[in-house]
Amino acid sequence: MKRDAWSAVVLFALVALLPLSGEAYWLRLGTTVLMYGVLAMSWNFIGGMAGYPSFAVAAFFGLGAYTGAVAQKYGVAVGFAWASAGLTALLFAALLGLALLRLRGHYFAIASLVVAEVLRELVNSMTELTGGGMGLNLPIPTMSSVDAQARFFFYAMLLLAAATFAAMLLTRYSKLGFGLRCIQQNESAADMLGVDTTLYKVSAFALSGVFVGVAGAVYASWVYYIEPPDVFDVLFSVKAIVMVLLGGAGSMFGPLVGAAAFLSLEELVWRNYLEVHTGVLGLLIVALVLFLPKGLLSLSQRLGQRAKMP
Amino acid sequence: MSALLELAGVTRQFGGLRAVSDVTLSVAQGEVVGLIGPNGAGKTTLVNVITGVHPATTGSVRFAGVDITRLRPYQAARRGIARTFQIVQPFPGMTVLENVAAAAMFAGGLSYGEAARAEAMQHLRFVGLAEVADTSAAALTLAMRKRLEFAKGLAMRPKLLLLDEVNAGLNAAEVEQALELIRTIAARGVTVLIIEHLMKVVLSLCSRIVVLHHGELIAEGAPQAIIEDPRVIHAYLGKRYAKAQAGADG
Amino acid sequence: MTLLYFQILANGLVLGGLYACIASGFSLVWGVLNVINILHGSFIVLGAYLAYFAYLKAGIHPFLSILIAIPAFFAIGYGLQRLMINRIIAAPVLLTLTLTFGLDLMLQNAMILAFTADFKKLVLDPPLGSIALGEVVMPVDRIAAMVLALALTGMLYLVLSRSRIGRAIVAVRMDREAAALMGVNVPRIYAVTFGLGVMMAGASGPLLAMIFPISPLGGPAYLGKAFVICVLGGLGSVPGAMIGGLVLGVVESFGALWFGPEHAITLSFTLLILMLLARPQGLLGRKGYE
Repeated sequence: MKRDAWSAVVLFALVALLPLSGEAYWLRLGTTVLMYGVLAMSWNFIGGMAGYPSFAVAAFFGLGAYTGAVAQKYGVAVGFAWASAGLTALLFAALLGLALLRLRGHYFAIASLVVAEVLRELVNSMTELTGGGMGLNLPIPTMSSVDAQARFFFYAMLLLAAATFAAMLLTRYSKLGFGLRCIQQNESAADMLGVDTTLYKVSAFALSGVFVGVAGAVYASWVYYIEPPDVFDVLFSVKAIVMVLLGGAGSMFGPLVGAAAFLSLEELVWRNYLEVHTGVLGLLIVALVLFLPKGLLSLSQRLGQRAKMP
Repeated sequence: MSALLELAGVTRQFGGLRAVSDVTLSVAQGEVVGLIGPNGAGKTTLVNVITGVHPATTGSVRFAGVDITRLRPYQAARRGIARTFQIVQPFPGMTVLENVAAAAMFAGGLSYGEAARAEAMQHLRFVGLAEVADTSAAALTLAMRKRLEFAKGLAMRPKLLLLDEVNAGLNAAEVEQALELIRTIAARGVTVLIIEHLMKVVLSLCSRIVVLHHGELIAEGAPQAIIEDPRVIHAYLGKRYAKAQAGADG
Repeated sequence: MTLLYFQILANGLVLGGLYACIASGFSLVWGVLNVINILHGSFIVLGAYLAYFAYLKAGIHPFLSILIAIPAFFAIGYGLQRLMINRIIAAPVLLTLTLTFGLDLMLQNAMILAFTADFKKLVLDPPLGSIALGEVVMPVDRIAAMVLALALTGMLYLVLSRSRIGRAIVAVRMDREAAALMGVNVPRIYAVTFGLGVMMAGASGPLLAMIFPISPLGGPAYLGKAFVICVLGGLGSVPGAMIGGLVLGVVESFGALWFGPEHAITLSFTLLILMLLARPQGLLGRKGYE
């Protein structure tokens, strides 16, 4: 665990130097990578560690985005808005988890996917509060310059990513992490061995929601205009999963690496093949699933195996 | 000796099927009780009810004086009820040591870390699996997996150990080893309820035998009496054989 | 007021017949292969486009397009399963969902490029008009679509219950290993089943094209309905898809009346979640594999 922690410190410190490059483009890309890194790492709690195929990331992201945005609309300071988004996402995830985590496999996956759709419609219809289909404008952050603004959001995401990583690390090397691994291997056997499976699963699900919620709120502040289909987009869920798959099983840094790799690819495609953008994304996903079978099939197992006892 | 486990009128129904029907049974502390009966008699279901996997449809289960009828499996585990599975279920992606450590941590109440690890090693030594502590559980032979199940059961620090067909698939020598293990465990004060087909095991191990048939408790008593009980013979071998037996003896 | 309710009910039932058709193939694939085919919705849209262009360019009536769609889509489904789906047939839920999701993205993109993103509407010339059953008015095209949908679904049911291959499919659904032991070529059955599933999707396209506007991004909406119907009616069962479809159709109709049509989807999804929590095996079905 120590090794992972120190590697992470070095990594994040290096990444923190990015603004020195002075390139707004790299800064923007970096912020996006960090944001998706948060999504991927968060998904790892429930999908990788506990083995439940969750597609709920989009729901948490959208919820966080709108919570933060609405808070800011009513004059709440940015930091508090983000915190409240995280808290809301945490509570929502815990409650949702209590309901949904009784389901397994496909049923759980679908239910988690559908939640985002339902939320989107709800937000769409609460026009007075959220602006509904016309979207919501956030107060534009007042900062000394565009550069300062870019740097602000970069560091915000960096901090969030670091926090998510720390949470992941601490969970992995704890009773919770170990218990989740047991659940992922064989839930009923874990139950018989004394693991409170409900508590652990809900905890993992809540963890998978809180950081994503904050990320959504930060995103909303960053782009200062959001619409329901933007932030409740199921692609957030799918991309988070794909990034973890891409980054490879077994390493704590998998999600981050996957996020970086995936987004780099996406940037390349986006800039050069705009029209076939989604198609190539699809192709990438297909290729990943078909041609990295070992890595993917034993994804959860391998991720689990690395959580060795100290 | 006080009763550790008390079942009163326990029935477990699955739709129209009564897998366990009105079973009243008491196991005293320190006993080694054998649970026998033909296939489909409801033995595993009874164990499932005791451990909370299936709640009893009617009736009650008391353990150490406390009503545990509605408890979930993990709660029963933490109270000191351990069980092994007929079809062995280790955590395949984890090492042997981790498997046992999990038991020590979650049921045994040890914290994550060295304590659980050490305890796990101790139990592995007891069952003779110390050398394979770091191999993957999926790589073990059947006999070794059965011993792993033992080790896990023990690591749970149980007051009551429910063994479900631990000898299925083992050869004679392995069965002997298993017997020795069980005897040692019982000698340490763990109460044992063992579901078993092999009469040799049941007769040599158990102080008392309980017989289930079609979910009902049809006989209980000392081993020798049970095997000569005509109802038991009837259940296993059929009415005509029982009659013939009775005719031959009487 | 009762008249209105009857009208709504009739609308719902007609819609329900269509829904049953689109869901039956999806349900079959899920029940037998344990694969959720995210492409299902997009295949429906593709079938709709086929009918649209066939009518526009060659004057082929959508009813006839169904006959073209049947073998064409069966072949596509069979090939797709053999080539790709089969490779991940035993993989965890996550992978099968992600794979079919990726494939769906590709198909959607292809359709956007080929057909452009604006809505197309297949308008029959001359239009079929409406008929009145008592006081209830029904557009003929809808009724025709429903009848054909039911016919297709019925045909699928017959194939499953009467033909050898159908029985084999049901056997695989019940117990794959036992079926294999009985000499059933399971991989081939998987391919055939998937082919049937895609076939049902593609064949229902022309029917839907007559009633709803077509868009390359319309797949997920149909997919969502198929989900709900599967959960309502149980997996792998054509009668289940039938019941589920009718229930959904009626629920949507009345939902549109009471909450407004824009909330129809939310309503169905909420129903889905409630069903999943209360009774995952559906109103009719047995519990799915997972």
